[in-house]
Amino acid sequence: MERNPLRRQLQIMRKSLFDQGYLDEQFVQLEELQDDSNPNFVEEVVTLYYRDSARLILNLEQALERKPYNFNKLDAYMHQFKGSSSSIGAKKVKAESTLFREYCKSGNGEGCMRCFQQLKKEYATLRKKLEAYFQLARQAGPMETACRPK
Amino acid sequence: MTVERIVSERKDQFPVGMRVLAVDDDPTCLLLLETLLRRCQYHVTTTSQAITALKMLRENKNKFDLVISDVHMPDMDGFKLLELVGLEMDLPVIMLSANGDTKLVMKGITHGACDYLLKPVRIEELKNIWQHVVRRKKFDRKDRNNSDSQDKPHADSGGEAAGIGNADNNVKVNKKRKDQNEDEDEDRDEDGHDNDDPSTQKKPRVVWSVELHRKFVAAVNQLGIDKAVPKRILELMNVEKLTRENVASHLQKFRLYLKRISCVANQQANMVAALGTADSSYLRMGSLNGLGNFHALAGTDQFHNAAFRSFPPSGVLGRLNTPAGLGIRGLPSPGTIPLGHVQNSGHSSNDPSKLQSFIPGNHNANILQGMPMSLELDQLQNNKGVSHIGELPVANSTSVFPVPGSLMDARITGFSNNPILGVTSNSLMLEGSSQQTALHARNLRDGVSAIGFQNGNTLSDFASIDPVSHQLRDSKADLQGQAASINCNAGQIMTRVPQEWNSSIPANGAMIQLDQCLDQNNSIFHRTMDSDSMGPLNFGDPLSIKHSEANNSAMEPSVIGKEGYLMYQSRTQGNHIPDNIGSLEDLASAMMKQDQDNGKPTYGSFGHNSYSHRTCI
Repeated sequence: MERNPLRRQLQIMRKSLFDQGYLDEQFVQLEELQDDSNPNFVEEVVTLYYRDSARLILNLEQALERKPYNFNKLDAYMHQFKGSSSSIGAKKVKAESTLFREYCKSGNGEGCMRCFQQLKKEYATLRKKLEAYFQLARQAGPMETACRPK
Repeated sequence: MTVERIVSERKDQFPVGMRVLAVDDDPTCLLLLETLLRRCQYHVTTTSQAITALKMLRENKNKFDLVISDVHMPDMDGFKLLELVGLEMDLPVIMLSANGDTKLVMKGITHGACDYLLKPVRIEELKNIWQHVVRRKKFDRKDRNNSDSQDKPHADSGGEAAGIGNADNNVKVNKKRKDQNEDEDEDRDEDGHDNDDPSTQKKPRVVWSVELHRKFVAAVNQLGIDKAVPKRILELMNVEKLTRENVASHLQKFRLYLKRISCVANQQANMVAALGTADSSYLRMGSLNGLGNFHALAGTDQFHNAAFRSFPPSGVLGRLNTPAGLGIRGLPSPGTIPLGHVQNSGHSSNDPSKLQSFIPGNHNANILQGMPMSLELDQLQNNKGVSHIGELPVANSTSVFPVPGSLMDARITGFSNNPILGVTSNSLMLEGSSQQTALHARNLRDGVSAIGFQNGNTLSDFASIDPVSHQLRDSKADLQGQAASINCNAGQIMTRVPQEWNSSIPANGAMIQLDQCLDQNNSIFHRTMDSDSMGPLNFGDPLSIKHSEANNSAMEPSVIGKEGYLMYQSRTQGNHIPDNIGSLEDLASAMMKQDQDNGKPTYGSFGHNSYSHRTCI
């Protein structure tokens, strides 16, 4: 058990992110790539993800405003988005992406729209949680050992 | 001194320090990939643009050992990049995608990827990617050594018809080359600057551009495959700064490629046979093929020597007609049959319709149909059975037609198994029979492109088929489509086209050289191109067929759309995936179009003249 209370809190927060299904194994891979020579790798990747995926979200929004829906285009955007999201281990976001693509394939515009709203919610929620997590991590100071899966 | 040391250290520590070029438009994925690769201790260069990547690669061919690229990119399709890299630089390329659809994976293999990874990529997967570099290098060397030994008999037989001097030179050269290869293998450390490049050569690598390869193919065509010695080829090509050695090594690869294609054809034939279609037509084909095979034998380097000696035409025929042979050949080789028929019936008009009939319905069928080539593999030897790669059921092969689906499938499988399939599509046309010869002659004139492939190598040889340039283009597309749809039953004969052939074979004036795939099977395949039916095998883009020796059993043909090149890539793991679906289909459709367009046979079988010479020998 971490003696440092901040560290402990960080561990708890991290665990809950996994338990609640926000993050998956891929996030652990990111953590494993973080080391002394690359001390902020995880945060860097996540930051990059949010920055770049904002563009994709915008594209999707715009595409969903044009009726009739161009499902191919929507699917293509979502495919990209899904790839990014899976790279950081964003589990719920990825699940919504998959669902969205299903709707696209079946031409279900309503489904796409609903799914997209849900996806945006998950996306925003995850972002907040990760921001809090990184902030705490910075406060808690560098880890003594490499991050290990729980 | 320092450089050498660094270089040798790098080499010694391989795969540590392997130079990877990573291409992905998604910055998140790219950063992740870069970090993962660095963690594997590779030397990583990244770019988010395919165009930039190409530029970097073109700047210095020896700068990278491996390329990893995403499939979906805004500025260029990942598959396109894959093809270009394969053709121009002969580097192993790994595809990355979040989409693991079988079709896409197949397409990747068809286009020449040596692996296909799914995102998100795990480090464990990346830890092993260096194997692709090593494999390519090894096969390259192995093939070269094989070629050397093959060159000898070639030289011997060539001596009959050609000048003895050449033969002697060849022998000497071969020996020398073999020594060199051995030396290179053993003493790479001493080579110097290129050492860390797995497929290193002592000299700066010559890029076999489309133009250059076209000249090469034309020269070989002119000389005749069995008489094509590097010195003469070099003279005919008349290119500055090209050394005899460059030509010689290119020729080796080319022959191996053809060989591999024939092996693929063998396997395909096996598959086809398994389907058991149209025995009668098969028989017919057999007879045709018998002769054809003989010719084919003549045509190919290794082959013809062996063929002439060991397989008398009757023998070939006999074999073809044996129950076993028939069984295998169940599937009629449309290619062979059609020739005869075609000629008789003025098939050209028929073919298009026939082709159409086949192509449209069947996805798979398209592939085969698209490919005019019908490869007949003499059962030979080592193959599981004679495999006839029946390409297009031409014209009168009604028997063939009835089961287009199965035919196609069979073919497809054949294809997948045979790198030759790729070849078959266009260029194979060995004329066995007189009728065929006539066709072949025409085909040849049309400018069949040479198909070269390496046996078991990741080297890619491509056959550029371009009987008619425009036709090729169309067919190429078809072929590509078709190739894609080839599904290997057995597991896959996947021939991966090693990206040896840097240049795509120009559509025009390319000649198709059928080299016999001596590889394990040592089968002689006879490719008959029914000019009418097959004619269309024009590949818009060269399709290079690469045959990986390692996977004799499992090869996946991958068609890389390039001028007339059918590229097959072989997967060492013997995976399934028949690639080339896309291209083969395209090819098929192209071919169809061509058929319609050209009444006459479109493909010239390469070396028709030479073949006939050979048979006379």
